[in-house]
Amino acid sequence: MPQFRIGWRPLALLAVLIGIWELYVDLGGADPLILPAPHAVAKALYTDRGLLWSNFLVTAQEILLGILLAACAGLLLAVAVHFSRTLRAALYPLLIASQAVPVPMIAPLLVLWLGFGIAPKLVVIALVSFFPIVVTTFAGLAAVDPDLLKLMRTFDAPRRRTFWHVELPSALPGVLTGTKIAVVVAVIGAVFAEQAGATSGLGYLFFQAEPQLLIPRAYAAVVILCVFAIGLFGLLTLAERVAVPWAYRQQGETS
Amino acid sequence: MVEAPRQEPRDLDGSEAVAVESVSRTFETRRGAVHALAGMSLRARRHEVVAVVGPSGCGKTTLLELICGLQRPDAGTVSASPAALMPQRDLLLPWSSALDNASLALRAKGIARAEARRTAAPWLERFGLAGFETSRPAELSGGMRQRVSFLRTLLAGKPVLALDEPFAALDAITRYEMQGWLARVLETEPRTVVLVTHDVEEAVVLADRVVVMSPRPGRVVATIDVGLARPRSPTAPEVVALRGRALEALGVAR
Repeated sequence: MPQFRIGWRPLALLAVLIGIWELYVDLGGADPLILPAPHAVAKALYTDRGLLWSNFLVTAQEILLGILLAACAGLLLAVAVHFSRTLRAALYPLLIASQAVPVPMIAPLLVLWLGFGIAPKLVVIALVSFFPIVVTTFAGLAAVDPDLLKLMRTFDAPRRRTFWHVELPSALPGVLTGTKIAVVVAVIGAVFAEQAGATSGLGYLFFQAEPQLLIPRAYAAVVILCVFAIGLFGLLTLAERVAVPWAYRQQGETS
Repeated sequence: MVEAPRQEPRDLDGSEAVAVESVSRTFETRRGAVHALAGMSLRARRHEVVAVVGPSGCGKTTLLELICGLQRPDAGTVSASPAALMPQRDLLLPWSSALDNASLALRAKGIARAEARRTAAPWLERFGLAGFETSRPAELSGGMRQRVSFLRTLLAGKPVLALDEPFAALDAITRYEMQGWLARVLETEPRTVVLVTHDVEEAVVLADRVVVMSPRPGRVVATIDVGLARPRSPTAPEVVALRGRALEALGVAR
């Protein structure tokens, strides 16, 4: 994972791309009704701000709770798989299979079962985002230096204390890395879940706006979700620096 | 793999802390069997410092792991009082302070954090680490890290310390200082020590007895009783002479 820092370079590149887009539409390359120019999207962001904000709060809540659920489930599963060879053999193929489930198909089925509330959204978001957390946490638990485990054995440490004092802290950077990957897919999961059946949320707003040809509003919803994902990713990078500075330092040394 | 018939380890008599007798150990690897030890014997009396020197890959680490009970011999017997390992790399926990690293063995026994810290704190001061209690390993020098690592092993409270090339990673000057430091510590805190090293000078300066091992499969080719008064200077003629004898036994004397 490269270090995450918003420098001027991505912003400059983004500005260039937006500029090209703007020129393309302004010079008649596309019907502004079908492909609005960036200034039209910006205008929608401003004029629809109340609507966008209230729906953003709904989606943000879904995403945050979904990730929390995914992190808890991912952590528990990784620990279980780490401790039990039998469970590892039984569970790992199923975990991989869970990622092959086509989310746009399973989401409406969950709505059918769990209703239009927040529950099916949380399940969908957790389903798509727990996997990277399990994988990176398990890898972190398994990557503990075997000599350190030998040392703990000569200290007569029972398994659970070795886990608590050595393995779990060692795996913490992995948990955070997995969560960083998870937040990005969680946003996609939230949109699919809202598409399947919702009464509010940015995904809901998008799928309402699109057939009404309120295209700038649809783009505005996309922009907000992208910025939210980047923001969450950045927050987790900050959390890494604060919570696992040792891993952060090593990362910096090797990259 | 067929288990070799195993003799029951005999009980140690009161003056003995380690008795390794005619031990063989073979590892199966993808490239075939590796004979780490073949007919290796080693004894250490209580509070004796025995240095084991030998070429790289002669099974020294395997020997320590046998003494610590981390491995079992394929043939021969290993009897040893409880032993704690000090690994080659310091392996300090990067997220823990020096104080918490030093008290890891106490925490492993289930002692509460506050009490473990209270026990370890005076030792840090004795080991010249006062003021560094809250420092993370990354903020400590190589010599300090080895002192914390040694303290962690010492506080495990085992009668035998198995030290695996403890100063190999240090620069020459720091290593020299640390050898003097360890000699002083063992004077006030006598323990049975099995010190594995490839530094012959370190072996002669620190040990009561130097055991020289052959290349793999490791076995004893010479035992040198040091019997010199402490503290020993590496440049003292007696030390230099014994160093020569050890190098000769290793077959690398010039």
